[in-house]
Amino acid sequence: MSVPLATVFGHGFFESGPVHTALTVGATAAIVSGTVGVFAVIRGQSFAGEALSDIGAAGGSAAFLAGVGALWGFLASAVGAAAVMELIGIQRPRGRDLATGIVLGASLGIAALLLYLGTTVRSTTGATVTILFGSLFAVDPGTIPAIVAFSALALAVIMLVQRPLLLSSLSPELAAARGIRVRVIGATYLLALAVAVALAALSIGAILGTALLIGPAATALRLTSRPGRAIAIAAAIGMAATWLGIVLAYDSFYWPPRGHGWPVSFFVVALVLMAYLVARLPAMVRRNH
Amino acid sequence: MSAYDGTGPEEILSVEHLGVRLGGRDVLSDVTFAIRAGEFTGLIGSNGAGKTTLLKAILGLHAPSGGDIRIAGRPRSRRNPLIGYVPQRYLLDADMPLRARDVVGLGLDAHRLGISRPSRERTDRIDAMLAAVDAQGFADSRVGNLSGGEQQRVLIAHALISRPRLLLLDEPLANLDLRSGHEIVALLARIATEQEIAVLISAHEMNPLLGVMDRIVYLAGGRAASGTTAEVVRGDVLSRLYGYHVDVLRVHGRVLVVSGAAGGGPDGQSEHPVEVLA
Ligand SMILES: Nc1ncnc2c1ncn2[C@@H]1O[C@H](COP(=O)(O)OP(=O)(O)OP(=O)(O)O)[C@@H](O)[C@H]1O
Ligand SMILES: [Mg+2]
Repeated sequence: MSVPLATVFGHGFFESGPVHTALTVGATAAIVSGTVGVFAVIRGQSFAGEALSDIGAAGGSAAFLAGVGALWGFLASAVGAAAVMELIGIQRPRGRDLATGIVLGASLGIAALLLYLGTTVRSTTGATVTILFGSLFAVDPGTIPAIVAFSALALAVIMLVQRPLLLSSLSPELAAARGIRVRVIGATYLLALAVAVALAALSIGAILGTALLIGPAATALRLTSRPGRAIAIAAAIGMAATWLGIVLAYDSFYWPPRGHGWPVSFFVVALVLMAYLVARLPAMVRRNH
Repeated sequence: MSAYDGTGPEEILSVEHLGVRLGGRDVLSDVTFAIRAGEFTGLIGSNGAGKTTLLKAILGLHAPSGGDIRIAGRPRSRRNPLIGYVPQRYLLDADMPLRARDVVGLGLDAHRLGISRPSRERTDRIDAMLAAVDAQGFADSRVGNLSGGEQQRVLIAHALISRPRLLLLDEPLANLDLRSGHEIVALLARIATEQEIAVLISAHEMNPLLGVMDRIVYLAGGRAASGTTAEVVRGDVLSRLYGYHVDVLRVHGRVLVVSGAAGGGPDGQSEHPVEVLA
């Protein structure tokens, strides 16, 4: 046991600044994604999460062109897109896919333009790859206070509206009959979703952001029938996946091809998927007998 | 079942000359009836008669275009703790990470912000409510995995735990087989008398309710006739309501409301085939 551990951590892992940043940002994003993701799954808003994440590609590349931190691009685009979705009518069951689809289409178009400009004007593909597929090692440590603050905000919002949100998700009719303002609660949740997605996009990229949002949550919902436990399990799975992903990615600098580390996002997404499959395994085995 | 007269139990719901317009059409016009505490009332009407619309107006989810709704003598407010509601045909999602007892608990405090603090008293109240609807057996099961009849019980417990005076149920029997339907009706009748709750239950078929209904509100053509079944389920009363001739037939202890049997169909033509309306 100590031999492989020594090989993994043996290359100055704990002394590395980018590793510290990656561990902090990864854990923060995983906790927020897990919490918000559980509600995304039970509200059937995974597609909205995916769209908000993809939109991050536009926001991230705009931020790159404007020379501001990627976090601000991801945040602004996700929150803006969430507002547009709300106006188009994501609160109506029929409006949900429509609102999401329209916003997704429009923003992917903008993203295509901005990513193109980003690669030609600045004549580099590195930033584009980072925006799309993320790199926890490339996060600017100066943005950590902002990341933590926004995470705390999203978590506080979810904790605050938790009960009305649960009943609205179970049945908007039951919630409305109890005097809950279903639309206000839905819009509040969408805002928290936008923040969570921005953090996930920053960590593992705009394209892969939903993996961190939906994967751990979907896994947790297979394992427990209690919302509080589902949130805790989802956050734990997300954290384990990001941290283990960071360790493996760090170590992969010494894997073939030598000197070219494998992307962290690959490891995180692969680990999240593995957790989901393991959680599904008992059910799949049962069905085949 | 329960005795009532002018000085009897408190009037819990009074609907006067209620009109509701939806999508530019008068779905309800001039609906008038009242329900007292402990009364079990059937809201009967065919598909599209406006049962759901009437219940939602009582809940305050549809604004009336005219008339007045009073709950326990007072105009209704947005969050009315006096009303419990079980919506029509609700199938709970299997992905919902909620046990039956969690859904019942949400009936207690879902409108509150912040995290719920578990307490002995809260758990006891939920357990008592689950017992009252015979749902202890699946209290810890995931709601989405329960059968239609079991979900119905959980939703009734959810509606009742906040101790409402008026319980509105929209077609609770629609998805149930005869036996579960019978059990639910018996359960609701028992709750109505034991807890002095006024129950208003919608159905497109009155027969399963005939034995337990204290009163009936019959909806047709946007209007309502109300009273005891003996007063309302009569050819002349229902003909006036429908606006054309209908007959009330009693066969094998069941009641059928039919049109076209004795001359006048909905379009006034005598050759109109017999149509069962309710
Ligand atoms: N939001 C709406 N806008 C326009 N028309 C509506 C709306 N809701 C209901 N209606 C119409 O009002 C009428 C009454 O509908 P309602 O749902 O109240 O009937 P119901 O008696 O509950 O029928 P069912 O037995 O099928 O549930 C129907 O003709 C329906 O099309
Ligand atoms: Mg209806």
